[in-house]
Amino acid sequence: MFELLGIPPQALFGQLLLGLINGAFYAMLSLGLAVIFGMLNVINFTHGAQYMMGAFAAWLLLGYLDVPFWASLVLAPVIVGLIGIVLEKLLLKRIYHLDHLYGFLLTFGMALVIEGLFQLQWGSSGAPYPNPIPGGYNLGFMFLPTYRGFVVLAALVICLVTWYGIERTKLGAYLRAATENPTLVRAFGINVPRLITLTYGLGVALAALAGVLAAPIQQVSALMGTNLVLVVFAVVVIGGMGSIMGSIVTGFGLGMIEGLTKVFYPPASNTVIFVVMAIVLLVKPAGLFGQTK
Amino acid sequence: MTSQRIGYAILIILALVAPAFAYPVFLMKALCFALFACAFNLLLGYAGLMSFGHAMFFGMAGYFYGHVVKAWDMPPEVGLLAGVLGAAALGLVTGALAIRRQGIYFAMITLAFAQMVYFFCVQAPFTGGEDGLQGIPRKALLGGLIPTKNDLVLYYVVLTIFLFGYGAIYRFIHSPFGQVLKAIRDNEQRAVSLGYEADRYKLLAFVLSAALAGLAGATKALVQQFATLTDVAASTSGEVVLMALVGGLGTIIGPVVGAFIIITMQNYLAGFGQFVLVIQGAIFVVIVLAFRKGVVGEFAEWWRRRRTASSR
Repeated sequence: MFELLGIPPQALFGQLLLGLINGAFYAMLSLGLAVIFGMLNVINFTHGAQYMMGAFAAWLLLGYLDVPFWASLVLAPVIVGLIGIVLEKLLLKRIYHLDHLYGFLLTFGMALVIEGLFQLQWGSSGAPYPNPIPGGYNLGFMFLPTYRGFVVLAALVICLVTWYGIERTKLGAYLRAATENPTLVRAFGINVPRLITLTYGLGVALAALAGVLAAPIQQVSALMGTNLVLVVFAVVVIGGMGSIMGSIVTGFGLGMIEGLTKVFYPPASNTVIFVVMAIVLLVKPAGLFGQTK
Repeated sequence: MTSQRIGYAILIILALVAPAFAYPVFLMKALCFALFACAFNLLLGYAGLMSFGHAMFFGMAGYFYGHVVKAWDMPPEVGLLAGVLGAAALGLVTGALAIRRQGIYFAMITLAFAQMVYFFCVQAPFTGGEDGLQGIPRKALLGGLIPTKNDLVLYYVVLTIFLFGYGAIYRFIHSPFGQVLKAIRDNEQRAVSLGYEADRYKLLAFVLSAALAGLAGATKALVQQFATLTDVAASTSGEVVLMALVGGLGTIIGPVVGAFIIITMQNYLAGFGQFVLVIQGAIFVVIVLAFRKGVVGEFAEWWRRRRTASSR
């Protein structure tokens, strides 16, 4: 087989696949953050905790009720999304008139409470979730585990469906209009507060769906979303929250860059995304796809 | 303001006799966090910039102090200076990048940089990784004049450092520089139209805040004789926000009160493990929803209302 700059192709493509999978999660999570921010003007710090809740919901459904993975893929986001709606009605609703910072602090507090409670109940070491589609294909230049291939495809489909829903449907049009000018949209007889609640529920469900997809790859643990959400913040700063497609492209792209760094200079793989963020801030402070708002 | 002077006099007397009633090491830790919270509040309360990554200055200064004192065998004064200057340099680099965005993005950028520093500290050889820097010797200050092995003596040293930092912040806020900062916080466009270069003022405030957070972090390493990953972690950044918020943002004494409340709470709940996190999170939620002025802010308002009522 050929070699590239002294790197065996198995390692290169293996890491690229890992990067693609990480990128899939960055894309799904930053998409949810962008949708929520557009409508609520809140950066949802609870996003990582809700991703974790999605994984836990799938794990608990399997353990206690024997619900298979494919059913959890629908059920878990619905459950976590409903919990999100309750949180929005009880807490978030009260701070929309305040500075954005308070939303950040409130959702940070919510994340601490949720992650703390899960740690108290199930500890911080993880539990495994069985792989729903074991096996894989030998592609000649690398081995592709079927499930991992499925995750990348599923994430792409989820991202495109979300993009289509927001950019091409009537509900999405209401949503974009309410983001631009809520008062005017309300004057047309559209229930904007309900639209806001719904948006938060959908954004949270998206995080939970990512969590279910992650469950068979990662350990299901209370802290699985803590560090991830910080990286996703950097992704959001790099991409800018102005465009849906921007979030998707940035998410996958950064995952690949991270994967390549793991091949060529492993010590920097944890920090490369933050370095990219610093460079983007220097060159294009509004983010690659952002408008200054 | 005579009532303010009386208040400060009472507080200083309390601080002087406090070791008779409480464990000095606990008091020193609380003072370090109080200075840290004041430094954070200088930025948020007076420049309107919320940094969610202040742990990078606090924690890195601890590492700088430990490395200079332990590996290079320098006196503690040099260690403290290294901590302050190192944190200020880090503040200059991260601040120059972060002030290119405003509001919520600023918070996310500082958070991301702090996470980068955290990952750096996990891998860098001089931080000791997961073990941290252990057993930093407590050497005498001023060329042997002040022995720091005794906790009581060290308490007064730490109190002096704290008062120095607090005094510096008081001077900044009440100087023309502080007035311009407040003007930028309240209406940036207007301040710019009056000819002030807002970005320069913001950056200076950021560097000052970072340097003072560094002073707090280096002092904590002097007291506890170790520097670990906890101090650079995102949770510490969150804690300092909580302290300032509980005490009262934009009040000069508030962060001190907040730091003592949170450190005392952590002390009593130390045996309950993750409950501390749950309770801290719940406090965040309650304060943001109901008591946004914090303990000192709410008290000041109650006091003002009482006085206007009695004068009528």
